Amino acid sequence: MPMPDKSRSIEEAISQIQDGSSIMLGGFGVPGTPFCLIRELVRQGQSGLTIIKNDANETGMGVDWLLENGQVAKLITSHIGLNSNAVAMMNAGEIEVEFAPQGILAERIRVAGAGVMGFVTDIGIGTPMAEGKQQVMIDGKEGIVETALRADFALLHADRSDPFGNLCFTATARNFNPLMGMAASRTIAEAEAMVPLGGITPDDVNLPGPFVDDVVALPELMEVYGVVER
Amino acid sequence: MSLSAKDRMLRRAAADIKAGMTVNLGIGLPTQVLRHVPEDLPVCLHSENGIAGVGPVLANDEADRNLIDAGGAYVSPVPGTSYFDSALSFAIVRSGRLDLTLLGAFEVAGNGDLANWMIPGRFTPGAGGAIELAQKARRVGVITTHTDKRGNPKILSNCTLPLTARTCVDRIYTDMAVCDVTPEGLRLSEIAEGVALDDVIAATGAKLIVPDQPLPTF
Repeated sequence: MPMPDKSRSIEEAISQIQDGSSIMLGGFGVPGTPFCLIRELVRQGQSGLTIIKNDANETGMGVDWLLENGQVAKLITSHIGLNSNAVAMMNAGEIEVEFAPQGILAERIRVAGAGVMGFVTDIGIGTPMAEGKQQVMIDGKEGIVETALRADFALLHADRSDPFGNLCFTATARNFNPLMGMAASRTIAEAEAMVPLGGITPDDVNLPGPFVDDVVALPELMEVYGVVER
Repeated sequence: MSLSAKDRMLRRAAADIKAGMTVNLGIGLPTQVLRHVPEDLPVCLHSENGIAGVGPVLANDEADRNLIDAGGAYVSPVPGTSYFDSALSFAIVRSGRLDLTLLGAFEVAGNGDLANWMIPGRFTPGAGGAIELAQKARRVGVITTHTDKRGNPKILSNCTLPLTARTCVDRIYTDMAVCDVTPEGLRLSEIAEGVALDDVIAATGAKLIVPDQPLPTF
């Protein structure tokens, strides 16, 4: 029997997102950021969003489009230092920002995707990161409980997909993508190349199709995906 | 050719990167240490965004748009490079696979406390991966100017800013000195060429243990 086909139009895929949704966005800087899906989200205009992404991109790209358009209520992130607009909006109280250590953010997402409720770590003890978190002792060592982080949607950028949603990532465009793809109620991936079923060697699949709900084949890449001139 | 004080500091830090190490270099001054690491030294450079085996930085016209380091520089692979996701990247960090990390600092205390991610009300970029690097690398070096732009000490008896990690720093490299965090306190271990001992003491906001014998210079 053939594997199911999850190909969608970008409009159809993004229209599932509601006002107030929580959305994980893949990407660390430019690589792996699903710019086309974000651009469609800006076009459709859903608001009051909670955005979960490693960083806030830079001004004028990706997350910043959503910030500029007033669609973001809250940002859960590890670092926003390259986006002065995000820092200014945080300082002005226009958005709420929740910081997590980068690997703790990744692990909270990973355990959510693995169906685990949380984990215990000593990372952040003695810093503001530990404030308000449950403390436990394991083997005589102090730890804090970090809870699993789920979202309503994950928007991913893949190098390649087949119609079933088997995804391949490339180089540092992998980052949070395979983790977020496991941790959302609905996972939408954009792919630079859509190959037929069987076009990806089973050993090469980075995120297996059962985690992915919708795949969108990208047309020619827009400029924002390219090398950033600094 | 005489080196600037900054270059001497970077060169001194580079000398502590040894063959066989796995190393993470923070954004800013630490990354610049690479200029002083011999090209043939066998070392594995780790980058938080998912690289073990970071190769040289490339010009934009040679760059791979999908291959950056954690600071956003376009880098290259070397023979033996691997790529991985962000959870695995920090599994490497937290499980103690990094022999050394070199980090920047807003403030560092004589007991090894480090503050480098938050100036409340003024600048809070977030810590990125610094908390885990500072807490879990087997050895943590800080590279910083000895004083800030106004001439105030950056090495203090206690940090005034929110911490990145407690008692994590092993060694501090500055444009004036190399200091080591020891159980007895902060020890002055080396002094920059042409810098007077009294000036180092005056520019340091923490009590320094100064050995009796002459200090090595760098």
